[in-house]
Amino acid sequence: MPKISVIQFPGSNCDRDTKHVIEDVIGCRADLNWYESADLSNYDGIVLPGGFSYGDYLRAGAIAAQTKIGNSLKRAAREGKPILGICNGFQILTELGLLKGALTTNSYPKFRCEHVYLKVNNTESIFTRKFDKNEVINLPIAHKEGRYYNQDPELSELKNSNQIAFKYSNKEGEVTKASNPNGSCENIAGLINEKGNVLGMMPHPERASEDILGSTDGKKILKGMIESIN
Amino acid sequence: MLDPEGKAIKKSLQKVGFEDVEDARVGKQIKLRLKAESKEEVRSEVDKMCKKILANPVIHQYNIKVEGI
Repeated sequence: MPKISVIQFPGSNCDRDTKHVIEDVIGCRADLNWYESADLSNYDGIVLPGGFSYGDYLRAGAIAAQTKIGNSLKRAAREGKPILGICNGFQILTELGLLKGALTTNSYPKFRCEHVYLKVNNTESIFTRKFDKNEVINLPIAHKEGRYYNQDPELSELKNSNQIAFKYSNKEGEVTKASNPNGSCENIAGLINEKGNVLGMMPHPERASEDILGSTDGKKILKGMIESIN
Repeated sequence: MLDPEGKAIKKSLQKVGFEDVEDARVGKQIKLRLKAESKEEVRSEVDKMCKKILANPVIHQYNIKVEGI
């Protein structure tokens, strides 16, 4: 059975939810590993959970990215291990340079905690292959620093190489300004790296993996990642 | 690049009569005290810090001001 490491930073707060979904909903093994002592060589996949590592001091994710787990994550990414960064995890991945661009304060600068619709833009990655092309899914967001920012030529490269995983959309799958909760460029809600083994996303799949929570769309992302191992 | 806090400040200034304000941007000031022999040494060290962690080149510009040597 694959072993997934869920990394805990000081200030992580979605770590146990993530472990619960991987273990109790999907039936895979997940360990919580403290960032200073985590040995990623023992694991087949890694999740960087949501939260506020280091209180979002300096910039969200910036300080966590400078700790020694940063190098271990870069190594794991090079080795092709699947890495999923959720919310603060996405911020850490961009600060590490494992994903391009940056996440900054929402265009309307308040904390937004609500369910949003996402259009699945890439259905070929290990994380998104359980979805149909242009399928509209429903996941919750909870962030104040989730505005994805990047410029050309990098932004065009991301589009051309199909690295945009999810875009904020309306229920009909139309990618509009009104359906963009934070002002992200191109309505980007999730990005994949060039190699296809690293996904960062602001919405929370672990909060939408059980019927009782109103959506199970998130489970497909985690399941896709776990099933890709072996 | 949009700076929502700067935009709110600009609007507020204009509302209370400072109509000439064309733009406002809010940044961060980080004060550091270093052991060093010269201003050049401080500048070069702090520049390295900015590149390594203090600034994110995707969204930030930075200036370094050295005092007290």
